[in-house]
Amino acid sequence: MAKVTIDGIEVEVPNGSSVLQACEAAGKEIPRFCYHERLSVAGNCRMCLVEVEKAPKPVASCAYPVMDGMKVFTDTPVVRNARRGVMEFLLINHPLDCPICDQGGECDLQDQAMSYGKDGSRYHEQKRSVKDKYVGPLIKTVMNRCIHCTRCIRFAAEVAGVPEMGATGRGENMEVGTYVEKALTSELSGNLIDLCPVGALTSRPYAFVSRPWELSKTDSVDVLDATGAAIRVDVRGGEVLRMLPRVNDDVNEEWLGDRSRFSFDGLKRKRLDRPWVRRDGVLKPASWAEAFGAIVQNVRGQRIGAIAGDTMDAESLFALKAMLAAMGSTNLDARQDGAKLDASRPDYYLFNSSIAGIEEADAILIIGSNPRVEAPVINARIRKRWTLGGMRVGVIGEAVDLTYPATHLGTGPADFAAGAEFLKGAAKPMVILGRGALAREDGAAVLSSAWEIAKAAEALREDWHGFNLLHQFGGQVAALDLGFVPGERGLDMAGMLAGGVDALWLLGADGFDVSRIKPGTFVIYQGHHGEAAAARADVILPGAAYTEKDGTYVNTEGRVQRGRMAVPPPGEAREDWRIIRAASQFLGVTLPFDTLEALRAEMAAAHPVFARLDQAPLPGCTDDAGPEVTGGLSAAPFGLPIRNYWQVDPITRASSTMAECAATYLRPALAAE
Amino acid sequence: MSEPTSFEFDAESEAQIAKILPRYPAGKQASAVMPLLYVAQKQMGRQTGSAWVPRVAMDVIAARLGMAPMRVYEVATFYFMYNTKPIGRFHLQVCGTTPCWLRGSDDVLRACKDAGALKGYGDTSADGNFTLTEVECLGGCVNAPILQVDDDYYEDMDYDSTVKLIEALKRGERPKPGSMIGRQTSAPIGGPQVLNGAED
Amino acid sequence: MALSDKDRIFTNLYGTQPWNLAAARMRGDWDGTKDLLIRGRDALIEEVKNSGLRGRGGAGFPTGMKWSFMPKAPVEGRPSYLVVNGDESEPGTCKDRDIIRHDPHKLVEGCLIAGFAMGAVAAYIYVRGEYYNEIQVLQAAIDEAYDAGLIGKNACGSGYDFDVFVHRGAGAYICGEETALIESLEGKKGMPRLKPPFPAAVGLYGCPTTVNNVETIAVVPTILRRGASWFSSFGRPKNSGTKIFCLQGHVNKPCNVEAEMSIPLRELIDRYAGGVRGGWDNLLAVIPGGSSTPMIPKSVCDDVLMDFDALREHKTGLGTAGVIVMDKSTDLIKAIQRLSAFYKHESCGQCTPCREGMGWVNRVMLRMVEGRAEIEEIDVLEQVTRQIEGHTICALADGGVWPVQGLIRHFRPLMEERIAAYKARNNLPQGLNMAAE
Repeated sequence: MAKVTIDGIEVEVPNGSSVLQACEAAGKEIPRFCYHERLSVAGNCRMCLVEVEKAPKPVASCAYPVMDGMKVFTDTPVVRNARRGVMEFLLINHPLDCPICDQGGECDLQDQAMSYGKDGSRYHEQKRSVKDKYVGPLIKTVMNRCIHCTRCIRFAAEVAGVPEMGATGRGENMEVGTYVEKALTSELSGNLIDLCPVGALTSRPYAFVSRPWELSKTDSVDVLDATGAAIRVDVRGGEVLRMLPRVNDDVNEEWLGDRSRFSFDGLKRKRLDRPWVRRDGVLKPASWAEAFGAIVQNVRGQRIGAIAGDTMDAESLFALKAMLAAMGSTNLDARQDGAKLDASRPDYYLFNSSIAGIEEADAILIIGSNPRVEAPVINARIRKRWTLGGMRVGVIGEAVDLTYPATHLGTGPADFAAGAEFLKGAAKPMVILGRGALAREDGAAVLSSAWEIAKAAEALREDWHGFNLLHQFGGQVAALDLGFVPGERGLDMAGMLAGGVDALWLLGADGFDVSRIKPGTFVIYQGHHGEAAAARADVILPGAAYTEKDGTYVNTEGRVQRGRMAVPPPGEAREDWRIIRAASQFLGVTLPFDTLEALRAEMAAAHPVFARLDQAPLPGCTDDAGPEVTGGLSAAPFGLPIRNYWQVDPITRASSTMAECAATYLRPALAAE
Repeated sequence: MSEPTSFEFDAESEAQIAKILPRYPAGKQASAVMPLLYVAQKQMGRQTGSAWVPRVAMDVIAARLGMAPMRVYEVATFYFMYNTKPIGRFHLQVCGTTPCWLRGSDDVLRACKDAGALKGYGDTSADGNFTLTEVECLGGCVNAPILQVDDDYYEDMDYDSTVKLIEALKRGERPKPGSMIGRQTSAPIGGPQVLNGAED
Repeated sequence: MALSDKDRIFTNLYGTQPWNLAAARMRGDWDGTKDLLIRGRDALIEEVKNSGLRGRGGAGFPTGMKWSFMPKAPVEGRPSYLVVNGDESEPGTCKDRDIIRHDPHKLVEGCLIAGFAMGAVAAYIYVRGEYYNEIQVLQAAIDEAYDAGLIGKNACGSGYDFDVFVHRGAGAYICGEETALIESLEGKKGMPRLKPPFPAAVGLYGCPTTVNNVETIAVVPTILRRGASWFSSFGRPKNSGTKIFCLQGHVNKPCNVEAEMSIPLRELIDRYAGGVRGGWDNLLAVIPGGSSTPMIPKSVCDDVLMDFDALREHKTGLGTAGVIVMDKSTDLIKAIQRLSAFYKHESCGQCTPCREGMGWVNRVMLRMVEGRAEIEEIDVLEQVTRQIEGHTICALADGGVWPVQGLIRHFRPLMEERIAAYKARNNLPQGLNMAAE
């Protein structure tokens, strides 16, 4: 620790801290543009200059290391002049277009100009004009506004791992961009918008849409992948206008994948906003009462089963399971992809090392997964670990560009031995098994083999759990926690589709081929988007998307988090647990809760994990006995469950922004096919 | 001339590269990016008569050195001596910085425009022979003003000697670089006043 | 008492003799180099310290002290490097060019000795890209030295292995800044690094590195042969030695010349450069040490000595000893504006004050050349230069604004006259504070 005196206030900070960090510890605000705590230090904006005793010139506090006994001054004439000077220089070539700039109201330059700038300009020369750049369908550039802080360049190179941004030219002619006109090949590109301290990089879909002070902001959690990123939903007039990441150091730090950030326009399209009932072979608009009437007529006394989708809230899953139980059915499945998951023990299906735990790993074996598209923020965490050095990554499956170097050990289960060998000698080895690797005939064997690899690598210890399953969506783990899988004598999905049930309740289940449903099966579709499953349905119950309900979600590491209603569901659509509660009444099996609180209390009583909100998974492995071994391994190579990052579920498929991304990024691939 | 669709180092360039790479320690090949940009520029001059570095060449260099292409673009555009656009057969580079300006660089510029049929800095003559560039101090200030033609310094220039030089270039001649008034390099006019053996 | 030829280090400054090894040996280079090395690292550094040699690249940092910052015993995997700064780009400076093309063996031998003294495994000589023909000579000299066993494995039979490489720059003044030079050598844009850490701790490829100017390194062998006291006998205390001066501009006979430090400026010009064009009384001002050093008016030139300390007393510096002489025909405002344009062109663009400020300064200076400005804007200009100075990572910005400050300090009335004349010519009201359009 070093003792440093900031403006007479003595603080102790760890050795190696910067002066800026010491100033913050002393409660002194230091203005900055280029400095960002999650990026390397550039020290170029010169806004954070402070005076250090005995230093001949003011020093950049972001880059200057503290020394024991150092005396720092943050509010002297020298410092004030330096800041005022830097502000003036930043503004001379910055356009006066705040009124038409989307950064207005949340602009670091605007804010700091108010605090540290002068009230007039002494610059009478022509301002610089810079050509705008194309960096992809998500980011609007107005390069006149760029202040050359290089945050975007550093983010692209360091965090995203796509060193495609740079500053070409030099001096006042230096321009930030990609040089070659091209879309940034990152699933994390939207974060550049957050990082840009000015209006040079703004959200293209959000251009001229709203002002920050007009928005009501709801803290929530993302469900469009299994990371469980903390988000803020910005709403005006009942419409979601923007999604931003919130800081959650344990989960997403402050990053958010592009799919999660930009697909919300899909919430407005192809929505089911009223009940429908099939009459004479044709779906016709109906009232809620008519819809429930049709259900009662076709379901009562029949064999019923339910399949849940991938992004459902725990409350509706719990309610549906309870209703079916009351009707004597254990025909449940939440594994639309057919993944041979073992729900008998949580650590068989969780990302047990935890996301933050990645930073402790020294060897990672990825099996049958491309985390870059399945969970880009988790992938960035792996990359972060890799950049620190002393960590190796091996891959069994398709050789993909993960944004960090990886040893390709093989393509299928036949190469498991090489995987085991690869982890040997690591102190904290991790196996990351993609859920996609279980969605095949030998899935159960793959699961137990992967467990055995972890065990052989001594990754299953009381102080470290190195077995990790990477899910794909925000509703998948809760379904397993709730046991939304076939119960005793219950049918699984294949059994239900093959005619094992007379009536099938699809709760947001849009991820399978509905032609597999045996003709004659009475299908109830409860969900928010009119896709194939709704088209196959006999009754449609309009539900709520994740932004439209208070819901509980569990991320891939088993962290229980609450999403919150930012807008009401459209039209006659309702929150899903309420729909099920109402149906239970019609079906004569009234569920014993009629408030969300009561439901949650019951759910937590039945499944205690839901009482542990916002907590990391329990560390370590207390029992290294693996999942049941069933069947042998096949020689088939692992495929990848997601190839089109941008369009994976009804919301993203309805999004025109995502469609544009898919067209931009996948065009070459499509052309090649 | 526009951006070519491909670029490949020829045998002559490869021979140069083979000498360049070993100068830098293992794993530090990126150090060779500046020399390789020169190699590419020279090769373009050899092959097309215009010594410049097209983007595809930068990509080839990036791949060769294991660098991100963007990092090569940055280098190529940061340093003034890489021509990222095609130039004329002869690159007339007039030093206009104060030491040369004090000794008449404006006359050199005027002579370049007149004799080379050039409108001004940045221009390439219609026949593709000359590109005129203003360069910053060339570091030959005691022989100012200086006109650099490609890699060669022509020193102690004035209007007439500049015209003469350009006319010679047009004829395909390459006058000997150095002082145009017969000085012994950086020694004063009339010969060295020191180191002239007078003290022996 | 003028420096005599026998005390000149660079005896082939003008290239009157061949540069090659045979000729260099005749001039005394590579004579008993092994014996010099045998003295040992500490003794060599001590001798250089005692000689009073200060860096010849502009900043004048004591050379021996700089070397002593290098680690005594390098850590495995982190070899030490000597980097020689031949990116001679300071306007008014062309001394290293003569060393490289006419006396390259002095430099190569200096690399070996300096490298040995600091425990370096190799020297990289970074030469500005425009010196293409000079680089061919230097490379040929290095090849000769390798072939003769003077460098490379068991250099000079000393048992010490030492490599020398040339790296060609590509037109960026900023690469003369030592950390920018290191970045450039690593294959990046020449953008100066934040300090600390300093190169002696974390330099080239993250290894301990010392960056020295070409002239600094090239004088080392002679200093060691003739002794520290010989070298320090020239010039005033703390300003000792001989030095190559570049005499140019409005002199009758521009030239490079090696003279003793602390020589009076007037003597330097009169004795070696044939005097000021039109006579000493026709002198207006002199930029004494390359473009970054503020100009001094004739009144100062009359008796100022050419060394670090004397020039600092007059708020200027010896810099690189590029002496730019301007007679009374000179448009001083234009002369300084052209330097402002230079610094704007050469700013790397990293730091806000330099990137934005240099363009501002140049644009105002362009108007000052015409007089299309307000008197008050002279103060604004001065303030802007103060806002730039001292607020950036490297010293380019400082060097870029000093010439303007020097102009205002000594020739403010000239600027005011220019403005008044412009107003009179254009029938603008004098002294009215209006926006300059």
